[in-house]
Amino acid sequence: MTTAPAVIRANAVTKRLRQRHAPPVLALDQISLSIPQGVLAALVGPDGAGKTTLLRLLAGLLPPDEGELFVLGIDVAHDPQRVQDAVAYMPQRFGLYEDLTVKENLDLYADLHGVTAAARGQRYPSLLEMTALAPFLGRLAGQLSGGMKQKLGLACALIQSPQLLLLDEPTAGVDPLSRHELWQIITKLSTEGTSALIATSYLDEAERCQQAIVLRDGKVLAQSPPRNIADRARNLVVLHEPMRDETARDLQARLLDTDDVIDAVPQGGRVRTICRTSQPSALAPSFEDGFMTLLAGAPRARVSRTPSPPVTRRDEVSVEVRDLVRRFGDFVAVDHLSFSVKRGEVYGLLGPNGAGKSTTFRMLCGLLPATSGTLLVAGEDLRRTPASARRNIGYMAQRFSLYPQLSVLENLAFFAGIYGLKAHLRRDRIQWALEEFELAPVRTQQSGMLPGGLKQRLAMAVALLHEPPLLFLDEPTSGADPLARRDFWRRITVLAQGGVTTVITTHFMEEAEYCDRLAILDAGRLLAEGTPAQIRDANIQKEGSTMEDAFIAIVEHARAKAQGP
Amino acid sequence: MIGLSASIRRTRALIRKESLQIRRDPSSIIIGIVLPTMLILLFGYGLSLDVRRVPVALDLEAPSPLVTSLISGFRLSPYFEPVAVTDMQAAEQLMARRAVDGIVRVRDNYPRQNAFGLGKVQLIVHGVDANRARIIEAYAGAVLGAWAAQRQAEGYPAEIGPVIIQDRLWFNAANDSHYFLVPGLIVLVMTLIGAFLTTMVVAREWERGTLEALFVTPVRVAEILLGKTVPYFAMGLVGLGLCVLAARVMFQVPFRGSLLLLGVSSILYLLIALGIGLLISSAVRSQFVASQLTLVITFLPAMMLSGFLFDIRSMPKAVQLLTYLLPARYFVALLQTLFLAGNIWSVVVPDLAVLAAMVIGLAALSWVITRKSLA
Repeated sequence: MTTAPAVIRANAVTKRLRQRHAPPVLALDQISLSIPQGVLAALVGPDGAGKTTLLRLLAGLLPPDEGELFVLGIDVAHDPQRVQDAVAYMPQRFGLYEDLTVKENLDLYADLHGVTAAARGQRYPSLLEMTALAPFLGRLAGQLSGGMKQKLGLACALIQSPQLLLLDEPTAGVDPLSRHELWQIITKLSTEGTSALIATSYLDEAERCQQAIVLRDGKVLAQSPPRNIADRARNLVVLHEPMRDETARDLQARLLDTDDVIDAVPQGGRVRTICRTSQPSALAPSFEDGFMTLLAGAPRARVSRTPSPPVTRRDEVSVEVRDLVRRFGDFVAVDHLSFSVKRGEVYGLLGPNGAGKSTTFRMLCGLLPATSGTLLVAGEDLRRTPASARRNIGYMAQRFSLYPQLSVLENLAFFAGIYGLKAHLRRDRIQWALEEFELAPVRTQQSGMLPGGLKQRLAMAVALLHEPPLLFLDEPTSGADPLARRDFWRRITVLAQGGVTTVITTHFMEEAEYCDRLAILDAGRLLAEGTPAQIRDANIQKEGSTMEDAFIAIVEHARAKAQGP
Repeated sequence: MIGLSASIRRTRALIRKESLQIRRDPSSIIIGIVLPTMLILLFGYGLSLDVRRVPVALDLEAPSPLVTSLISGFRLSPYFEPVAVTDMQAAEQLMARRAVDGIVRVRDNYPRQNAFGLGKVQLIVHGVDANRARIIEAYAGAVLGAWAAQRQAEGYPAEIGPVIIQDRLWFNAANDSHYFLVPGLIVLVMTLIGAFLTTMVVAREWERGTLEALFVTPVRVAEILLGKTVPYFAMGLVGLGLCVLAARVMFQVPFRGSLLLLGVSSILYLLIALGIGLLISSAVRSQFVASQLTLVITFLPAMMLSGFLFDIRSMPKAVQLLTYLLPARYFVALLQTLFLAGNIWSVVVPDLAVLAAMVIGLAALSWVITRKSLA
């Protein structure tokens, strides 16, 4: 038992959120928890579990309906202002003023927190050193990269050496390098004695904390050190080797369909499997293994197998990019990029924010003309026949790009019309989308009001309506919870088996394991290309290195070389 | 006192932030400076409710010195632009195309009948715009009346009836619509800056999530309200200056009241507009909805129902009652009085009192309603 006083104490807290056209949602259901001082705690759970609501309650932005909530010993419902004076809160999209410079944003928050000029003299240098923002003080916040924005948001929140940090998914949509840097800052603060509660959808981040709180459907499933949660999968985790001619992804799909498997993910060419029963010579479980075991009761997506026969002609080239260049003024966003993707292949484009991934995608989809180079998509030159080439493409943009005011059904019908599907085919495909993506129960709901996971499913359904042989997915899993990501990749596996070619970007390095081949980009150039195993093995430094370690090593090496003599 | 100085420091920081944003954001400059300038030019030069240089067809069946002198009034008047036609058919064609707004017809028997004191001149006016038609009718009557009076003075018997109507316009003796349009613009500019712009910038903070971060700081509600109000208040005063300058210099509108009273009433109205803007934005958190709502609640009534463009007395009774709820009604009355009539205390005092009461009511309401909460 720890004797430190609790910085957060919740006693049977309940919160219902009112909705405009629907009955209220029970966001938090009789939550009780306690976080001791000086502890770094992670808040994890599927989308819609109540993570953001809990943080908003703690920050005094919403009053609880029932129960007691104490932050730093203060009753939040009674005196929210005193809590707001003392905590640092970073909402999911941190509210930076994009038309103010980095320095002006910092000054604003320093003034609001009453940080004196003398204190600033000490605080600024350390914050700027931590965040490496010193060279960008005069730049407008709107012109920073995603990772730098998050770091500036954190710096603004940290301006007054807070007693408690409340961070809502600070690393969502941030590349592995920036994520690494953000966590260095958080860890440093923690060793200096700051308490923190951090909501995250990255389970490896929870592993770095002293406490993990697992929420689901507004209830606390577990609160304990991450190690204890990992232990729930003790003796259950084994690695399976795929058969010859079988990809790890296919084996994973096969394993997930069996009843005695809780979860399976590709890892280093093999499949990490959590079984329901004790296994001989089992591996040491990770936090993610324990988390998945804890949530084992969660319903899993029913992914039907497409009737199309497996593709044999794997040598046919679907996408060919040669010497692709795109300039914006003096800035070279894509710098002589070449790669090719075969039919039925899942090809990953990885890279830090600003590496040129989205620009490449827009050129592949014919949304942006290339400055120079060749682009062949399904055998057609995009520079000559963009319209007919585009018919072969399903595109899912980084942000939700459907009509938020239209219902699920209306969006599907609209896009079926846009793709020019004939009446009976249109009906069939919409029916297929509703069933395959389990959208039928929400068919009449406004798309904009759906939770993140459902929005993502709808966006993917729309991208697949016209049965394109090619799928371009730009960060489709950003901000999605681990369960939603599993379901997403199962669908990709089925599509790939049916011969659909997929090009995908992601910031989740473990997702790179699903790809047949991948390319790592930085500053518009190709740094490495190959199968996940090739990339990892070529850059392995120590036993147990992950794809993320390899990625960081490759990018840092390339950047050091570019800066060097 | 430490609390107060900290509060002042925070408010100052918010005001500085808002001013920086105004300077860098083209849309607030467009709404705050460019739009008022365009309104001044548009209302000043483009829109005019004056009836001037009315084209009329002159159908003189038998020209004679008498007829020439009769219609000379039309030729010399600044209000008419006569077009000579050969016959009535041609005149009717011009009228049908609306190339002319009226026809003055003098029959060939006019000199003879005139000698018997029965001379008649036919005037036909294009009646689609009834308001304009009535004015043209009156002008034409005045022109003919002036001729008759002059003939009488020269010793001829009176030809056109014994009574000659002589109009005189009070307060706007030059009958120049700029005299009331340009001061009235102040009401539109204040509404745009006070209500429209503030609603937009607060809704933008909701949309971008900046308010959520701002709430979890030591900042108080009153400081956020002040931080939003002060910069746009200053901007509104600039708009006021612009309008007064345009009125005096560009359109030579007289100013007969006191500048101090103009300042006081403008400040009161600006505070009301800001209050309404803040209230709307605490309820509506999307820029699009906020802008539509503000347009309907403040801008359009200020334009249509305040007595700025249309006379309140000629509105239906129910609408007239509705106008009592509009702050713009009192402000327009104040503006027109101060510019064109002077310090008429019986008008100025009650109107100022109503505006002041509205300011107090709105300030109290925003204070009560605005909370640092996402609920």
